Amino acid sequence: MLINHLLPCGTLTDAGSSFWRTLSINEKLDLLFFLRSVRMLDRRMVLWQRQGKIGTYAPVEGQEAAQVGSAYALDKKDWVFPSYREQGVAFTFGISTTSIIQYWSGRIEGCKPPIGYRYVPPTVPIATQLPHAVGAAWSIKKKKETGIAIAYFGDGATSEGDFHEALNFASIFDLPVLFFCQNNGYAISVPFAEQSATKTVVEKASAYGINAYQVDGNDVLAVYHVVKTAKSKRKPALIEAVTYRTGAHTTADDASRYRPEGEVRIWLNRDPLYRYEQLCLKEGLLDEDQIEKQDQQVAKELDRTMREVEKSHPNPSSLFTHVYHQIPDWLKKQQEEAANDVNHGSIHC
Amino acid sequence: MLTMVQSIADAQRVALEIDKNVLLLGEDIGKNGGVFRATEGLWEQFGSERVIDTPLSEAGIVGSALGLAMGGFKPIIEIQFLSFITPAFEQIVSHVARMRLRSQGVFSTSMVIRAPYGGGIGAPELHSDSTEAYFVHTPGLRVVVPSSPYTAKGLLLGAVASPDPVLFLEPLRLYRTQKEEVPSDYYTLSIDKATVVSQGEDVTLIGWGAMIPLLLEASRLLMEQDITADVIDLQSLSPIDEETLFASAKKTGRVVIVHEAPRTCGVGAEIAARLSEEVIDSLEAPIKRVAGYDVPYPLFALEHAYLPSVKKVVQAVMELVYFQ
Ligand SMILES: Cc1ncc(C[n+]2csc(CCOP(=O)(O)OP(=O)(O)O)c2C)c(N)n1
Repeated sequence: MLINHLLPCGTLTDAGSSFWRTLSINEKLDLLFFLRSVRMLDRRMVLWQRQGKIGTYAPVEGQEAAQVGSAYALDKKDWVFPSYREQGVAFTFGISTTSIIQYWSGRIEGCKPPIGYRYVPPTVPIATQLPHAVGAAWSIKKKKETGIAIAYFGDGATSEGDFHEALNFASIFDLPVLFFCQNNGYAISVPFAEQSATKTVVEKASAYGINAYQVDGNDVLAVYHVVKTAKSKRKPALIEAVTYRTGAHTTADDASRYRPEGEVRIWLNRDPLYRYEQLCLKEGLLDEDQIEKQDQQVAKELDRTMREVEKSHPNPSSLFTHVYHQIPDWLKKQQEEAANDVNHGSIHC
Repeated sequence: MLTMVQSIADAQRVALEIDKNVLLLGEDIGKNGGVFRATEGLWEQFGSERVIDTPLSEAGIVGSALGLAMGGFKPIIEIQFLSFITPAFEQIVSHVARMRLRSQGVFSTSMVIRAPYGGGIGAPELHSDSTEAYFVHTPGLRVVVPSSPYTAKGLLLGAVASPDPVLFLEPLRLYRTQKEEVPSDYYTLSIDKATVVSQGEDVTLIGWGAMIPLLLEASRLLMEQDITADVIDLQSLSPIDEETLFASAKKTGRVVIVHEAPRTCGVGAEIAARLSEEVIDSLEAPIKRVAGYDVPYPLFALEHAYLPSVKKVVQAVMELVYFQ
């Protein structure tokens, strides 16, 4: 059954009301701040891609509640294994916008986690991060730590073998790992109904004997609540956040080729940001002026960060560092070669 | 006039038309026409029984394609990017490449696995690798790489006609850079042969895929210094056309091999070994390789520092010409 706390119009359900009462003002305001900031960051990234400032980009729009709500339930000591679309998770978890922009500018520095964070670089090959999360959870269990591991992935990932192997390991070894699937309806152009013969992602959990939660992925409160609950159990669980990407798969994709416009419109009416903002306004947590001011602050900061990233240039020597623990002598020769190749700016001459 | 990606779509259209056992399988190849549009229009023309959008599972695609091939069908698979072939690696190296041997010729393994590959277009992480050497190292597979719209169609149809499984690598940097006349009918080019795309006397430049335009540019620059080059488009990485390579090396006495893949154990190493085994007496200088560095393919901000360049090729040739 789909867990729901906040209806698209911004009205709380009964379960939602009781959860809402348990939240502090800070938590409530944080969720709004993260939702709005992530949307702003994401829209700027799409624009910056069009302006040639960054490379091909995978937009988050439509999935903000799933990402913010889940990441907000995490602690700094938790292990996070994102896929490539998790800018909202990264931002909420405390990864700098500098790193996020660098990554999408083709800069390896953007992969480096901040000191003390177990935030793993985005995984590009589908579903391959799931077994890593299993192993990280295993290390938590063996060391008797208190954190958990969480892996983020899409509905398409459920077709890869790694998904099934990870769930099986997690269950057999009884590990504190959450498999967080954002079912956004499509794997690039392939709709979920052609991806999977089961109607939902959650029903796959029963094959592995683990807990499952299906939650309205556009409802930040329900997602936050579910992840908090699943996390506290310290058991493997599969969470399906039912959502939709309202944009294209990436900036290189044309979604109008494979999905009807009417469908997109239906989901725009279930916008995750609008409903939570309505709730906050109704509850008098803040007014529109305050939102506006907060937005301006975030926008200024984002633009400043982009300018800084643009100003810095990568060094070809860095191709060679960290490939091995120490650069072997034979590879140092290649490093020198690269450093002396002054025309590296172009493949031509 | 077609681009390479259009000629690849056209080759598949022809293959589907002339042989009802041809099936296309891949991720996003149906309604979407492939992420690069290499199957554009084919789902509309041939329907979802023959142009099949599969679940997101490379092992599933290649493994089931082998079963289809054994059952008498001729699958043409699209792997979305060569980097994502790895979940199917086991199916390819343990089964596709061996089923003919293990069944002592009873079961067919005939299929074409298409995969765009290579760098230089600013693609995201893990979308630019050149891992051809893994497959050239696998007995039982053929590996073919086109470098122009015309050769792409002829070689792809040649690959479809082959009873052996063929990995058909499409240099994505060349997908749309050139348009040329491509016959709309069926034609094949030999998938065993290298071609000499430009003739010279002083040095042999060997490459494939996206390296060919770069070698032609290098050869043009060398001409200004009165150095002329044989530019050889290898086309077939497995088997290697020794005859063409040896003849050219004997004539020029100098060889530069160029590839995007890391230098160590790249296909260049195999070519250099064969040349030194067979024609070393004719060589006037050591064989040179211009290749990617021995590091993982970088995120795109540094890909031009990593990739072979015209300048690196010209420099390598100069070292050979002035070698004492
Ligand atoms: C192993 C592998 N195969 C193919 C791809 C190419 N690819 C990138 S994203 C994608 C679709 C993923 O869909 P889903 O898992 O639903 O995640 P979403 O993009 O919708 O967030 C594909 C096929 C890849 N990255 N990795």
